Amino acid sequence: MLFSPTALHIPDGFLSVLLSIVLWVISMTIVAYALRRVGKDLGERQVPLMGLLAAGIFAGQMLNFTVIGGTSGHLMGAAIATILMGPWAAILIMTSVVSIQALVFQDGGLLVLGANIFNMAIVGVTVAYMAYRTVILIAGKKKTGVLIAGFMAAWLSIEIAALSVAIQLAISNTSPANLAIPAMAGVHALIGIGEGLITVGALAFLLSARPDLLQQSEAPQVGSKMVWLVGLLVAVSLVIASPLASTNPDGLEWVAMQNGFLVSAQEPMYRIIPDYLYPGISNEALATIVAGILGIVIVFGVSIGVAYTRRNRQTSDG
Amino acid sequence: MHIHFLDPYQEVSSPIHRTDPRVKLVLSLAFILTTALIPIGAWPIYILLVAIIFSAAILSSVGIIYVLKRAVLAFPFMLAALPLVFTTPGLPFYSLNIGPWELTMTLAGVTRFISIALKSWISVQAAILLTATTPFPDLLVAMRAVRVPRLIVAIFGLMWRYLFVLADEALRLIRARAARSGDSGITGFNSGGSFTWRAQTAGGMAGNLFIRSLERSDRIYVAMLSRGYDGEVRTMPLPEMKVSNWIVLIVGGMILSLLVIFSYLVVG
Repeated sequence: MLFSPTALHIPDGFLSVLLSIVLWVISMTIVAYALRRVGKDLGERQVPLMGLLAAGIFAGQMLNFTVIGGTSGHLMGAAIATILMGPWAAILIMTSVVSIQALVFQDGGLLVLGANIFNMAIVGVTVAYMAYRTVILIAGKKKTGVLIAGFMAAWLSIEIAALSVAIQLAISNTSPANLAIPAMAGVHALIGIGEGLITVGALAFLLSARPDLLQQSEAPQVGSKMVWLVGLLVAVSLVIASPLASTNPDGLEWVAMQNGFLVSAQEPMYRIIPDYLYPGISNEALATIVAGILGIVIVFGVSIGVAYTRRNRQTSDG
Repeated sequence: MHIHFLDPYQEVSSPIHRTDPRVKLVLSLAFILTTALIPIGAWPIYILLVAIIFSAAILSSVGIIYVLKRAVLAFPFMLAALPLVFTTPGLPFYSLNIGPWELTMTLAGVTRFISIALKSWISVQAAILLTATTPFPDLLVAMRAVRVPRLIVAIFGLMWRYLFVLADEALRLIRARAARSGDSGITGFNSGGSFTWRAQTAGGMAGNLFIRSLERSDRIYVAMLSRGYDGEVRTMPLPEMKVSNWIVLIVGGMILSLLVIFSYLVVG
């Protein structure tokens, strides 16, 4: 909670296993490529620079400002990392931030870490890059152009990442599409404004304090056209898919059903012993209650047993 | 005030603390995977999983209370699954009337929501126990052993090392802002400004933090160079796994696999 400005960190248990694994594979492939790419550009500076900037973004997420009453604006940081360090480095930085949040602070699950990396480090960064470049191209590289581009990049990266989360939840059938998608989109349209304003403030500060940093990031990197294209494709496809999915959830239900085939394929296996579930008890409700009581006895029995042996050990130690 | 209290590692001695970090990492991930694989509504299996995690919490001397307190983190997200109670097709169970709407809870929906919430709650406890009983550098060693790319592990390591330094910097920036933001009670002598002004100040702080991390990374890089860094991240060779640790790993893996098989056999 302390570090979770947005509802973008999915905990374990909310995504189907199949989807989690698919997103792990996609994320790992892209992160491995980004590692090679950044290694070529930065050489041996890669490790200290990426590590420190990841720590910096993590700490930056603690900064907030009061909006109204008890609510406050926060920073996720994908946009600012992308604008200053380029997309590949930003993917590594955000991957590190998201991974440490999950590994150490349980902000987001471990099985779903691949999905969280996908949403925040890959969708967030590519979309931010696409938005920033596009607006710069239209509005120019002057101060106003940079600031507007920064705002758009920050807002869009949050909004599209939120859509991505909502669609993943809907595919996993853990949140209905017609509620999750509009809710996530609406809330993050507001949260994105906070992100955008902080990003603009940071860019304005950096433009006057260290203009060289922004110029340095202007140099086009290898593969940046591809990132731009991927960002555009991700943004456009999610923006088109979301209203379709939320007004017409049949499509997603179909995907969820396909997803569920893995489970339903095993159905015959557990029908082998349908009548032997709780031997001797014919009433299903009663059987469930008995099983529940048994289960609770098991939990307490095992836990108390462990606690008891542990205490005995400690007293004999002391 | 320093931010070290954030480090979730609990320094006590227990059998779980002494277990090889590689075993702990693999078993925690396997436990979370197992929890995810258990079908919806498999209550007996959920109870067994809770028994396992509670026992581990007691055995680790970290305590159930500590784990449960931190597990509260997982609760807010459960709101996302709450609508399932009303939208899952199934046997009507209870109807709520909120103004013009009538919401019908279904048995299947309630089952699904409680299952998701329980699974999430059980999984987060496993992750909490892992970090509470394993110092982060050991976790890095474990990550290397399960073939996480060496460079990413090195970046994680450096990030961890400076996380608290930079979080302290962020706290100092926040404290400085708070010190300048007093309310004098006299009209015209209040600090602060409009909404965009406040956002801009926070942005300036973020930019400041960014420059500080960047410049610190330059100094660290030079310091690393002066100690012979050549771009290759060298680490100590991984220690041999003890036989007892292999046994824990294999038995743990077998129990978890049996739980998955059992859950599909018992719960249709």
